[in-house]
Amino acid sequence: MERIPILKMGKFLLVTIQVDLYDRLALTLEEDLIQMVHKTGARGVLIDISALSIVDSFMGKIIGNIAAMSSILDAETVVVGMQPAVAITLIELGLPLSGVHTALNVERGMALLAARMPDETDDIDVDDNDEY
Amino acid sequence: MLTTTTNIREILSVRQERDVVICRNRVKEVAAKLGMGIVNQTKLITAVSELARNMLIYGGGGNVLLQTVTRGREPGVQLIFEDKGPGIADIKKAMQDGFTTGKSMGMGLPGAKRLVSEFSIDSTVGKGTTVKIIKWKNG
Repeated sequence: MERIPILKMGKFLLVTIQVDLYDRLALTLEEDLIQMVHKTGARGVLIDISALSIVDSFMGKIIGNIAAMSSILDAETVVVGMQPAVAITLIELGLPLSGVHTALNVERGMALLAARMPDETDDIDVDDNDEY
Repeated sequence: MLTTTTNIREILSVRQERDVVICRNRVKEVAAKLGMGIVNQTKLITAVSELARNMLIYGGGGNVLLQTVTRGREPGVQLIFEDKGPGIADIKKAMQDGFTTGKSMGMGLPGAKRLVSEFSIDSTVGKGTTVKIIKWKNG
């Protein structure tokens, strides 16, 4: 079965959606992402939708779900790379994507996630020190 | 007034989820061919996505008649979504934001209406539902 790859980058998960989403694929991504957040203890999820020419109400709902579920597992969600035409359409459709952080591109999205957890920037070192 | 003959007329079948993607892509192709801008293209295919999914979820699938049309000199894309599902008992209610009988957000019908130039819906309980939309090139 077709799946969208999820990459782990430090304490964040990175998903780049490069194919057209049909509903089953979107639901599989939702499930896989939440499993991954749980398994890896990720603190942030970054979803790059720059290759998507369409986000309809179902995909909007999935993005909202991912953000809400991640939040319960103590991870933040940022959606990046939305095309201007998609943004215009989403607003007209009546789907404001509330509860989801957005950023212009991957770089800014990463910065946003990093900025939201400043006290943990050294947490790998801290963990190492704890062992001694 | 210049009359342009309709040169595209085809039927797309929506029987499974992947057909929704195929349908979207074909409509996008046709809209691009007419010189429709990217924002209007995006609005149109988003409406197509909502209506095709509705047809699949509530109507058990159906057919989409895709045509190019003209109004004076302005070209447009016309789509007729037709299913033989259970039909909609209360269209007024179904056209309200946030109303849903399914697992969606209830944005499909009213959202799609906002995204296109012309929208009409006709439904008979027990017979099926027909939704007709037009998006003009600059509409």
